[in-house]
Amino acid sequence: MPEIILRDRVVADPWQVLRPEAGAAPELPAGPVLVPLATWLDQADALVGRGDAGVWIASHEDPATLRAWLDRLPLVAVDFPKFTDGRGYSIGHLLRTRYGYRGELRAIGDVLPDQLDYLRRVGFDAYAVRADKDIRDALRLLTTFSEPYQNSWEPPLPAFRRVARGQVTELPR
Amino acid sequence: MYVYDQVDRTIVAERVAQYRDQLRRFQAGTLSEDEFRPLRLQNGLYIQKHAPMLRVAIPYGLLSSTQLRKLATIARKYDRGYAHFTTRQNIQYNWPRLEDTGDILADLASVEMHAIQTSGNCVRNITSDEFAGIAPDEILDPRPMAEILRQWSTFHPEFAFLPRKFKIAVSAAAEDRAATAFHDIGLHLEKDDSGGIRVRVLVGGGMGRTPIVGVVIREDLPWEHTLTYVEAILRVYNRHGRRDNMYKARIKILVKALGPDEFARQVEEEWVHLKDGAGLLTREEYDRVAAYFVAPAYATLPSVDAAQESRLADDAPFRRWVGRAVRPHRVPGYRAVVLSLKPTGVPPGDVTADQMDRIADWAERFGFGELRVSHEQNVILPDVRLSDLHVLWQEARAHGLATANQGLLTDIICCPGGDFCSLANAKSIPIAEAVQRRFDDLDYLHDIGEINLNISGCMNSCGHHHAGHIGILGVDKDGAEWYQVSIGGADGSSAGRGRSAIGKVIGPSFAADAMPEVIARLIETYLALRTDGERFIDVVERTGIAPFKTRVYATPVASSQPAEEAADA
Repeated sequence: MPEIILRDRVVADPWQVLRPEAGAAPELPAGPVLVPLATWLDQADALVGRGDAGVWIASHEDPATLRAWLDRLPLVAVDFPKFTDGRGYSIGHLLRTRYGYRGELRAIGDVLPDQLDYLRRVGFDAYAVRADKDIRDALRLLTTFSEPYQNSWEPPLPAFRRVARGQVTELPR
Repeated sequence: MYVYDQVDRTIVAERVAQYRDQLRRFQAGTLSEDEFRPLRLQNGLYIQKHAPMLRVAIPYGLLSSTQLRKLATIARKYDRGYAHFTTRQNIQYNWPRLEDTGDILADLASVEMHAIQTSGNCVRNITSDEFAGIAPDEILDPRPMAEILRQWSTFHPEFAFLPRKFKIAVSAAAEDRAATAFHDIGLHLEKDDSGGIRVRVLVGGGMGRTPIVGVVIREDLPWEHTLTYVEAILRVYNRHGRRDNMYKARIKILVKALGPDEFARQVEEEWVHLKDGAGLLTREEYDRVAAYFVAPAYATLPSVDAAQESRLADDAPFRRWVGRAVRPHRVPGYRAVVLSLKPTGVPPGDVTADQMDRIADWAERFGFGELRVSHEQNVILPDVRLSDLHVLWQEARAHGLATANQGLLTDIICCPGGDFCSLANAKSIPIAEAVQRRFDDLDYLHDIGEINLNISGCMNSCGHHHAGHIGILGVDKDGAEWYQVSIGGADGSSAGRGRSAIGKVIGPSFAADAMPEVIARLIETYLALRTDGERFIDVVERTGIAPFKTRVYATPVASSQPAEEAADA
C-alpha cells in the first residue's frame, strides 16, 4: 500500500485517486476514493452517503464550489499538476481560513519534499509525496523555518504579533 | 539601518542550512536539475554561460560599510575580484563555483545579508529611493515600510510559486526615484492631513516583452493595511494570473485582461476578508522598525563652506564633478555623493573588490558607515560634509571613481548582456563602451545635458531600455545580433520631468558597429531642435519621434555587418 505523510508521520494510505479520462464516465471503485470535483458535484448526495468518498480539486478550480459540503467531507485533496504551479497554496489557504474546512487536507500530484514546509503553513496536513522521493527523508523538511515572519494558517499570527521582536541573541548553530 | 533580531537571524541561518541540504541532494542526484532549478533561482543562483551567477539582495539599496567589505572579501575569495551592481539594487557575482555557494551564503549571513528571492517566480527584493532619509523632497522615510515588506515577503508560504516574478518598489518623495510605475506593485507613501501615512497603490507596471506603465488601483490606503492589501493583490494574481504562457504570466497581463477597475474590484473583494485580521500592521511594529532608520548624529554645520566655495571657483575639474556627482541633502552642510560606476571601458555597474574596500572606508570617514546603491547602478555616499568633498574627490579620482557623468549620456544603465547572461540575445556591454568612446568629450557631454541611455541585451529588459530617453534593445535575427532603438521612454524621475512612459521604436534595427553613429545622429537632431533649457526628452515629447527617425535613416549608417533583410517596423 502506498504511503503518505499524515501530520508528522508516515502512514499507509488506502485512498485511491480517481483520475478519469476526459469525457469518460467515471467508474467508482470500492473502498476509499477521491473523486474529481465535477464528479463530486454531480453525485454529492450519493457520495456523502458512502462515507469513504472524498474529493480532489484541480489547481484551476474554485474551492468555493465545495462550501456546502465541507463539513461532511472526510478528505479534500488539492492537485499540484507541477510543483511550480502555486495555485494550490491559495486553494488550501482559502479552504482553511475562509471556508472553515477542518478535515484532512491533502496535497497530491507533483508533491516534492521541499514544498512541505510551505504546504503545512497554508493549511495542508497530509502530503502524498511523489513516489520516487524518499518520504522518510522528506519528513525532516516539514518544518524548515521555525519562526516565520508571516501569518497564514500556521502560525495564525505574524512574528510581530507572536514574539517579542528586537532581541538579539547568538546565531543558532 | 535595520539590524537583525533573533527572528531575522534564525530565518537566514535556517535558509543557509536549507540551501546546503538542497545543494547536497542536487549533487547526490536525488534532486534533478528541473527540481533544483526553481529552488536555486529563489536563492539567486543562475547557471550562466561561463559559470553560475549569484545575485545577492541589497534590500532597498541600503548597505553598511561592513557589508560592503564582506562583499569585497567574497569577490576575492570565491570570484575574480569584482562584482556587478544591478538595476534592482542587487549585486551579482559572475564566477562563483556551484560547490562554494553554500559557504558564500554563510559568509553573507554573518553580515546580515542573503540571496533570498533575488530570482525565481516569487516576490523579489523590495526596492526604493536611493536617497531615502536624506532627500530634501522626501515626504517621509520609505525604508521602514520597505523593510516590513521585505520581511513579509520573505518565505511567504503561499506566494513562492507565482505565475511569474513579482517586483515591488516603494517611494515616499515628491520625485519618484524608484521607477514605481514599472513594478508589479508600486507604493507611494504620503502623509494625510493629520500626519498619518496613506498609501497609493499602483499595479501592473513592468517592462519585458509587453511594457506597461502601472495604474493606480487604490488611493489613501491607511498604512496599517499595507500588508493585507498586498496580500489581497498577490492572492488574486496567484489564483488567476496566466500560467500557460510565460510571456503572458506577469500581473500586468492579468490587470490588462480584466481591466484595472475589475482587477481592483477583485482585490477589494478579497481584501475585505483580510483587512482587520492578523496581518494588520501595528503601530508598535512600525515604530520598532522605524527606530532603525532615525537620522544619524549630524553635526551643526554652516550651509556654506568658504574653502569649498573657493575650490569650486578655482578648480574646473572639481567643479564639473561636483555639478554631476553631488546631490542635495536635507541637513545643512551635508551632501550626498553619487560615485559613478560608468567610466569608459568598464562594464556599467561593475566594481572591483579594492574599490569596494575604498568605498567602505569613505563611508566611514565621510559619513556614518552607510552606503546606497541606485537602480542606475551607481553607489552613493549619503552623508558627506561639504568641507570633505574635495578630499573625497581627490581620493575617488585615484581609484577610478570620480567620473563626472552622472545623469549624462555615458551614465548608461546596462545589463550584463550576451557576454555573461544565458538569456541574452545580444551583447550589451560593448555597445555601452562604444557609445562612451564616441562621446568622450566631457564638454560636449555636459552640453548635451540630462539624458538616460538604457541598454538591454534581451526582452527581459534588465537594462530598462523601455524607460530610457534613448533605449537600446539587443535582438537576435538568424543568429546575428541587432539593436533596436527607441526614444521617449521615462522612468518617473525628474530626469524625464516626472513622467513614466514607454519609449517608441524609431525603425529597423542596426548592427552593433552602427550604434555610436545612430546615437550621434539622435543627439545631433536634438541639439538642432532644442530651445533654451530643453532636454532631449523634452524635445522628443514636443516633436514626437518623426524628426529623429528622419535624420537617423536619412542615409545608411556604415556597418561591416551585412544589411538586415527583413526590416522590422
